[in-house]
Amino acid sequence: MVQELGYLKETPSQTAGPYVHIGLTPNYSEIGGVYETDLGSTMVNDKTLGERITVTGRVLDGAGAPVKDAVLEIWQADSAGFYNSPSELRGTADPNFTGWGRCPTNSVDGVFRFETIKPGRVPFKDGRRMAPHITVWIVARGINIGLHTRMYFPEEAAANAEDPLLARIEHKERLATLIAHKEGSGYTFDVHLQGDKETVFLDI
Amino acid sequence: MSDRSNSKPETGAFFARNRAWHPPAFAPGYKTSVLRSPQRALLSLDGTISEITGPVFGHSILNELDNDLIHNFAKPGESAIGERIIVHGRVLDERGRPVPGVLLEFWQANAGGRYRHKKETYLAAIDPNFGGCGRAISDDEGRYAFRTIRPGAYPWPNGVNDWRPAHIHFSVFGHGFAQRLITQMYFEGDPMIWKCPIVGTIPDKQAIEQLIAPLDWGNTIPMDARAYKFDIVLRGRRSTLFENRLEGN
Repeated sequence: MVQELGYLKETPSQTAGPYVHIGLTPNYSEIGGVYETDLGSTMVNDKTLGERITVTGRVLDGAGAPVKDAVLEIWQADSAGFYNSPSELRGTADPNFTGWGRCPTNSVDGVFRFETIKPGRVPFKDGRRMAPHITVWIVARGINIGLHTRMYFPEEAAANAEDPLLARIEHKERLATLIAHKEGSGYTFDVHLQGDKETVFLDI
Repeated sequence: MSDRSNSKPETGAFFARNRAWHPPAFAPGYKTSVLRSPQRALLSLDGTISEITGPVFGHSILNELDNDLIHNFAKPGESAIGERIIVHGRVLDERGRPVPGVLLEFWQANAGGRYRHKKETYLAAIDPNFGGCGRAISDDEGRYAFRTIRPGAYPWPNGVNDWRPAHIHFSVFGHGFAQRLITQMYFEGDPMIWKCPIVGTIPDKQAIEQLIAPLDWGNTIPMDARAYKFDIVLRGRRSTLFENRLEGN
């Protein structure tokens, strides 16, 4: 026998279910008085550095219907390209920016909304720089394992053209699924779970 | 966000996720997955700094009763109705190392299988003293614990007569956003586990068994609460033996 590697197996994922809000956004689901606020509902304060943006959108199923019971989380760098994380060893992130947000899709119209800042560029492993992006993670009833994707910015055409992750997408027409639409200081980012306009999801 | 800084953080990329061990996106026995599952292949990429980093939450977010679901929604002097239990365990990574300082969030139905949620219409009664949410942060050895009542089974419109086994939903952060995980804990000996289409999305019986918490008689508190042990394993990360530095050049 060779030596045992001794690794454990990752705990298998299960769907978050239709009542995920009880645990992740209890105030949104009218369970008041347990937590003061829903975690991740505020990412910025009045001292946060950088360009204020809003990101709104919907999650659409394979029939084109909005998913009204999803929860999205986003994770992003600050305006200088630093993550507010102990694993960030390149520098210190803006202490007035959490980098992480959480928002349910609205139970009536299916819209989510984040008030955040536009992230700076961060390095890829080989010294190339990635284009500004926001990591998006989606859970819901019917989704057995959380879906990872990224939102990129339409005005960053040059940076997007040299982004190492975008460059890995073989079918170039699918790049558009990761690029938000801009209207004023707002961006719209719809996530298509399935079908012709299916968003590129990541195994990362 | 962090109030922990006693050890040097690790910055290796995570082990690739074994997606044959997890449920597939498309699992037609669980009907809602049919229209909510991507049909294209996922784009695989070794983790970048965007996934190796992740948010860390300090104890300042916690209230005293956050890990006591028996009391955190109850009126003063009252408590939730049901079987009093303690759920505890450790958060480890695939290398068997404890994962300290990570946020765990829990949610569940009450003793009758009824969720406190406006979209829930099951006949079973709401418990006025039970909210159903809680949270905790793992200690330096990766341990967490909370008190609750054992949730009841509950029916759901999938097949004509499908019932969920008693379960508690868990959301777990790691040290990197790539470790983010949501799962469900089941209870040892529950015959409903093996009838459930959601459990059945997991292809491997051993993987299902990893979600079943054994009764922990040793930690049961006499005349108070029984205990169940539920350990959680997050993705491990490579040692940075011969890696390019993430800082780049």
